[in-house]
Amino acid sequence: MSFRLFPVEASSISAEVDQLLFFLLAVAAFFTVVIFAAILFFAIRYRRRSDNELPRPIHGSIPLEIVWSVIPFGLSMVMFTWGASVFFRERRPPDNALPIYVVAKQWMWKLQHPEGQREINELHIPVGRPVKLTMTSEDVIHSFFVPAFRTKQDVVPGRYTTTWFTAIKPGKYHLFCAEYCGNNHSGMGGWIYVMEPQDYEAWLSGGTPGATLAENGQKLFENLACANCHKSDGTGRCPDLTGLFGKDVKLADGSTVKADEGYIRESILRPEAKIVAGYQPSMPTFQGLVTEEGVLQLIEYVKSLGPNPGAGQAEGLAAPGSR
Amino acid sequence: MTTAVAEERETYLNAGHGVKSWLLTKDHKRIGLLYLFTITFFFFIGGVFATLIRLELLSPHGNLVSSETYNKLFTMHGVVMVFFFLIPSIPATLGNFFLPLMIGARDLAFPRINLLSWYLLVIGGLFAIFAMVAGGVDTGWTFYTPYSTSYSNTWVIATALGIFVAGFSSILTGLNFIVTVHRMRCPGMTWFRMPLFVWAHYATALIQVLGTPVLAVTLVLVLCERMFHIGIFDPALGGDPVLFQHLFWFYSHPAVYIMILPAMGVISELVSTFSRKAIFGYGFVAFSSVAIAVLGFLVWGHHLFVSGQSLFAGMVFSFLSYFVAIPSAIKVFNWTATLYKGSISYATPMLYAFGFIGLFTIGGLTGLFVACLGIDVHVTDTYFVVAHFHYIMVGGAIMGYLGGLHYWWPKITGRMYPEGWAKLSALVIFLGFNLTFFPQFILGYLGMPRRYHVYPDEFQVLHVLSTAGASVLAVGYLMPLIYFMWSLKYGAIAGRNPWKATGLEWQTESPPPVHNFDEIPIVTREAYDYSGTVGQEVQVG
Amino acid sequence: MVSEPHVESLALREQFNSAEQQKDASSLGMWVFLITEVMFFGGAFAAYTVYRSIYPGVFGAASRTLNTTIGALNTAVLLCSSFTMVLAVRAGQLGRRKQIMAFLVLTLILGMVFLGVKGYEWNEKYVEHHIPGPSFQMEGPGLQDHAQLFFSLYFAMTGLHAMHMLVGAGLLSWLLYQTWRGKFSAAYYTPIDMVGLYWHFVDIIWIFLFPLLYLIDRHGH
Repeated sequence: MSFRLFPVEASSISAEVDQLLFFLLAVAAFFTVVIFAAILFFAIRYRRRSDNELPRPIHGSIPLEIVWSVIPFGLSMVMFTWGASVFFRERRPPDNALPIYVVAKQWMWKLQHPEGQREINELHIPVGRPVKLTMTSEDVIHSFFVPAFRTKQDVVPGRYTTTWFTAIKPGKYHLFCAEYCGNNHSGMGGWIYVMEPQDYEAWLSGGTPGATLAENGQKLFENLACANCHKSDGTGRCPDLTGLFGKDVKLADGSTVKADEGYIRESILRPEAKIVAGYQPSMPTFQGLVTEEGVLQLIEYVKSLGPNPGAGQAEGLAAPGSR
Repeated sequence: MTTAVAEERETYLNAGHGVKSWLLTKDHKRIGLLYLFTITFFFFIGGVFATLIRLELLSPHGNLVSSETYNKLFTMHGVVMVFFFLIPSIPATLGNFFLPLMIGARDLAFPRINLLSWYLLVIGGLFAIFAMVAGGVDTGWTFYTPYSTSYSNTWVIATALGIFVAGFSSILTGLNFIVTVHRMRCPGMTWFRMPLFVWAHYATALIQVLGTPVLAVTLVLVLCERMFHIGIFDPALGGDPVLFQHLFWFYSHPAVYIMILPAMGVISELVSTFSRKAIFGYGFVAFSSVAIAVLGFLVWGHHLFVSGQSLFAGMVFSFLSYFVAIPSAIKVFNWTATLYKGSISYATPMLYAFGFIGLFTIGGLTGLFVACLGIDVHVTDTYFVVAHFHYIMVGGAIMGYLGGLHYWWPKITGRMYPEGWAKLSALVIFLGFNLTFFPQFILGYLGMPRRYHVYPDEFQVLHVLSTAGASVLAVGYLMPLIYFMWSLKYGAIAGRNPWKATGLEWQTESPPPVHNFDEIPIVTREAYDYSGTVGQEVQVG
Repeated sequence: MVSEPHVESLALREQFNSAEQQKDASSLGMWVFLITEVMFFGGAFAAYTVYRSIYPGVFGAASRTLNTTIGALNTAVLLCSSFTMVLAVRAGQLGRRKQIMAFLVLTLILGMVFLGVKGYEWNEKYVEHHIPGPSFQMEGPGLQDHAQLFFSLYFAMTGLHAMHMLVGAGLLSWLLYQTWRGKFSAAYYTPIDMVGLYWHFVDIIWIFLFPLLYLIDRHGH
């Protein structure tokens, strides 16, 4: 890698972040030059020429104080607004993003494609397509950082965090862990490979064919006896999971929650936290019985359960016996 | 005055002899010196760690020390520099020494609590030194959980205890200062006649008193979790590791204002004295100090933009972070405006003041970058942040400290330091500092993460520049150590007011008598009133 | 060189110009110290608030295992001790040495009763296997995993409170000794006043701890 003074712009947001940077650089450079120049000028122009000099006291100027409070404040508000708007877009993945699942542990990145490919410390993705990472850690806090994409997101044990990007330039880009995590923190890096779509398809279908995440999830669903309660004909003790993913769920305490990845994970590991309206808190916890990767497989499985044909449910889930 | 006469007069230095008279002193001036020795000692320990870090980073592949050791080095560098050097530095040395003098008091409100504060710092320091000698601690000075509570195999408990104890040193100093400023001002010393150095320390004291206890209880919770294996921040028991970050930064962000406000107070004194002019906008500078202290408590979440905090919280904290930048900007403009039509001297303290204003401006402006959500996502946890806070803490706070030390050295010791060497070392420090830390902004934006023992080859050139700068900086810091000690024996004798400054501390002898003033002053003039201070006046401006 | 006159008083410290200045400074100092204590406990209350809002059911179930009768009794004991402390300060104002000592002793006894009852309560928790750590056991949905959070905070907060009471007991004992030696009078009883402030503060912390730890989600249970 050659010596650079500025990172490559390889994601759809990189250029915008850099423009924001240049604006701030310009403002910072301006004020730096103004202050340095003023000090230099005043220090020379008004240098002490004799020991008994006594300058006329000048106590202040309210108009000046107002000017140099309001103008910087105004500039700050521009910085804030622009930065917040970039941040907002950085944080809200588009709906059609390609889902990738990341489990971090000391000191490696485990990445899974829904089609089943597993990668360690490497991620192959197609150019031009939004990619959404759903991430968790098995141990301490890590952070998924790709400088070329200008994205970073801490990866926290006990919950999911997400980040997304659209790569715009094929190539190979550093992946770093950016949250100190112990002995081999600086070794916990890797590469993002951005490929042309046809190369990506070729890569996907090459290698050892294995089950997709959803297929593995289905096996787990059966092995752990989830199917005994979560029956797909609605007669089970527990809610039917068909068509659940992405819907709003009404809870026993009256509140509503969206059935996203985090909700599914919580329901598996801490089922008592949110009880669906009309059901009893009877689900045992699977903490310790299923790994984080297992949870991701189960999530993909639940995602794969399409809407129940002919049931005509709009929102929420039907309680047993209500149909 | 001949040397013989100066040595006969009773001063706080010769008023009692022997170790006991120092270790059991109640004199704020002696306590200030006790602190001076202690923090200087810790500064050089932290400096040794920094040297080793920079030496290791000369090469991308990590040959000097193992990863385990490197992780301990940056942790201990941070712990020592933040808790045992920067937080106490100016308040406990210059503040202790000069706050009572500046307001015309004979001592602080609670001298024995002042001495207790020093002992607490020393005891805390001993815990930390024990941890270092016994094998070190490797959690980072920020102790993020669950690494610090459940995974690290190093001396976390000893270090956390040391910081806990040192925290009480800081709380008690703040308490002492608040009560002193409220209750011990001499007749005529109204709030708005106080030197800005006092305002700055008052604002600092507010933070010390309100913020440090939260760190204390957070450390207690971490200690409980680590010692008794209970889960408060442990995700396996439903605990939230990010809660630790909120609690930690609730103190540690205001803590950075503990580190910079006193230096700003010093700069106000220096700029005024060496322009021979009242600080432009005295009221605005005074209120800005308090505003920084108050607003500083509202922005801690800007350390958590990528930690999993909600979008909305991120927006709120970014917005408020821009607010806290404004009072600092106001101060910089006011100091610069003070120079206008002043009578500018280039004495060493003023050179440090110039350095401070320039470097603090750069450091503060880069704060705007990290407060900016869109940019911070990229630069947080990289060397950009490292450069940002070193510009403020080293380019700002330490230069303010050195400037103050040079300025008040004649008053503290009765001796002048050698001006030529002092100017040279100020220049060496300025150049060394910039060479060390400016490349780190570039490194950070390129994507070089923090706390990395090994790194990709393409970052090496910038690291080499940075290490080169660090070696220059190290020389720059060693020089004052040598010539200050030299001056104790061979420096020119200083009179009461070698700088022809205003301020009550310059009206008493150098060094001051034990009781500060022969007669308690009665103040009738405004702060920074130079009329009548120089003999035959030559009006300028 | 004229020295300013020093007020003749055994208790006036060198740095002060008058007894009134010294009293004002002591008072402000104690109030500032109590504010630091508010911030100290505040951090723990913040952690409690966060976790309670995330796990309301778990907190409720765990809280119900605490004995409200004993907790209320202890609250009453502490409130009485604050009352006897006030009486001790009043006796100080009036310069009545024997009375000061009597009320200080009463306050101390009540404080010790509180701590004794607390020890009993902690022992109950030990017997019920509610001490967080490897031996923790609690039946109920989600409780084995997450009730430890409640109990960790319970022990941390009541433990910190108890430590503050021990310090208070030490201060009371010191005050007793000083009173016995005749250090106080109607003109100078500031230390009694200051320890009184500290004691009331520790009492107030308990007033917050009691409902937050013992009384959540009792309605209908």
